[in-house]
Amino acid sequence: MRTLSSQARGTSNGRKSGRRHPLATVSLILVGLLTTGGAYAMFSSTASAETNTAVTQTMVDEGQKLFAANCATCHGLSAAGTEAGPSLYGVGAASVHFQVGTGRMPLAASGPQGQKKPPQFTDEQTLAMAAYVASLAPGPEIPEERWLQADGDATLGAELFRVNCAMCHNVAGAGGALTEGKYAPALGGVQPVHVYEAMVTGPQNMPVFSDLNLSPQEKADIITYLQYLENNPSPGGADLGSLGPVSEGLFIWIFGLGALVGVTIWIASKAN
Amino acid sequence: MAQHDTGEKSAAAGSAVDRIESSRVSPGTAIEVSDAFVNPGLPPHRPRVTDLNPKKAKQAERRVYTLFYVSIIGSVAAVAAYAAIPLVPGDNATLRLSTALLGLGIALGLLGIGIGAVYWAKTLMKAEEMVEMRHPTRGSDETRERAVEIFQLGNEESGFGRRALIRNSLIGALIATPIPAIVLFRDLGPAGSPAEALMTTMWEKDMRLTRDPTGTPIRASEVTLGSVFHVIPDGLLDKEHKLEEKAKAAVLLIRLKPEDINELPERAGWSYDGIVAYSKICTHVGCPVALYEQQTHHLLCPCHQSTFDVTNHCEVIFGPASRPLPQLPISVDSDGYLIAQSDFLEPIGPSFWERS
Repeated sequence: MRTLSSQARGTSNGRKSGRRHPLATVSLILVGLLTTGGAYAMFSSTASAETNTAVTQTMVDEGQKLFAANCATCHGLSAAGTEAGPSLYGVGAASVHFQVGTGRMPLAASGPQGQKKPPQFTDEQTLAMAAYVASLAPGPEIPEERWLQADGDATLGAELFRVNCAMCHNVAGAGGALTEGKYAPALGGVQPVHVYEAMVTGPQNMPVFSDLNLSPQEKADIITYLQYLENNPSPGGADLGSLGPVSEGLFIWIFGLGALVGVTIWIASKAN
Repeated sequence: MAQHDTGEKSAAAGSAVDRIESSRVSPGTAIEVSDAFVNPGLPPHRPRVTDLNPKKAKQAERRVYTLFYVSIIGSVAAVAAYAAIPLVPGDNATLRLSTALLGLGIALGLLGIGIGAVYWAKTLMKAEEMVEMRHPTRGSDETRERAVEIFQLGNEESGFGRRALIRNSLIGALIATPIPAIVLFRDLGPAGSPAEALMTTMWEKDMRLTRDPTGTPIRASEVTLGSVFHVIPDGLLDKEHKLEEKAKAAVLLIRLKPEDINELPERAGWSYDGIVAYSKICTHVGCPVALYEQQTHHLLCPCHQSTFDVTNHCEVIFGPASRPLPQLPISVDSDGYLIAQSDFLEPIGPSFWERS
């Protein structure tokens, strides 16, 4: 920046006004940053507002096009399902928003279960497809913002999590193995909206926890607990992946016993 | 009997062994045992660097007292850290820091002494090898005779052998004293046979199925396809020993499509419209079996991977469990809530001796 403005000074005999002013570049960058930031903020707030506002016909049409182009191979042109993929009638907007929003759909390859990966579609595209699938048959909707604030009762959430979720997802949400290559994913870093949608829709082999089983407030409590886990460091020091006795045992067997053996050898060895 | 390994004595020790070895050669044969083990004695003494080089010895000395100083610093630092870092209630970070510094200080304090002492011994203390012979364990004949004399004198003076009534009553008293302790401690255990408690659970006819942990009753219409309810009996939360009761009575409630269920004919009336209830306690060693796979309808035990097929009356399809999970017969009351028809018809959980 400094070299630019000094060059400008050299060619124009030190005229320091208008766009050649040394501060011009700085102010230009500031204006640019503010505009993009503001636009982004507006854009993202409208995107999240859209989540809860009415679905427009244009969104449904857009979603139908995206669906026909990206999903119909497996789920069928009318979403009625084929041999390769299940019917999407009644799965609801929440299911589409979860599967596509976490990158599980479209599947990269067939396997024991869909894997989380970077999402293949933007937020609007995902919402459009969700709107299209929801327009086919009623199903679980994308949750309201007020359940996703992580301002519920973390203690109750922890108890509900231990009863309903911990056997597969681990008590600290670190995930765990199921049968034949399937697994319950770790819950760290998962957006609250996706946690909520997974509970409502029961993706893949996860059971459904409908609002009749866990009320929306109870789901909000569970989300609060998960956020609490993420934001509060383990008081006992390094948690070693929160995997419990496996990683802790391995650590102490290798490093603890290793250190003891090393010290023993040192004590018994002859000094030179 | 300790001998320092000065040249001639070690040679003497070695030769003593040599003599024993050579006397082992069998008399009357001309063949000499050539591969008999010969005590090699101690290896030659090798002086250390610190023995030869006073500069190195000085250096080792510095290291030892530095380690001891480090130990002092560690101990003082532990006290200082304890005093300097206040524990803010609710703030785990202060607790973490305080614990870490305390541990570090105390570890330095202990390790400094230990490592310093070992290093001192290894580098500076006298390092010549020595042989120490075993002491004989048998006492001398005089000592042994004297001991017998003392016992006999004691017996004579106390009259222990002579006054049989006193002796026998004392033995009786010694046997009787621990009896109260045995009775008291035995009474801390379960009254009667512990097997009784394992035979039944608190489920009974018309008892409602309620959600764990809130205890709210469950309507049949609320159990949608693919969902899992973790169930406790109604009234469990008011029980005195609710954890013991829960450990036996916990139930998993699942709804399947009725056409997916392969029901045993004798259990035809045990489910309600595809809703089945199974004990959550594994028949292997009693872990909670609750990893339900919605698409395969398999129930997986997290402890030893026993897998149960819910569609097929929870028979074992993998793992060490030997019996299917017991099924709880359920029905619906007039308000639409799920109720139990009875208790489990077989003992839940792992096997035990008295189980038929």
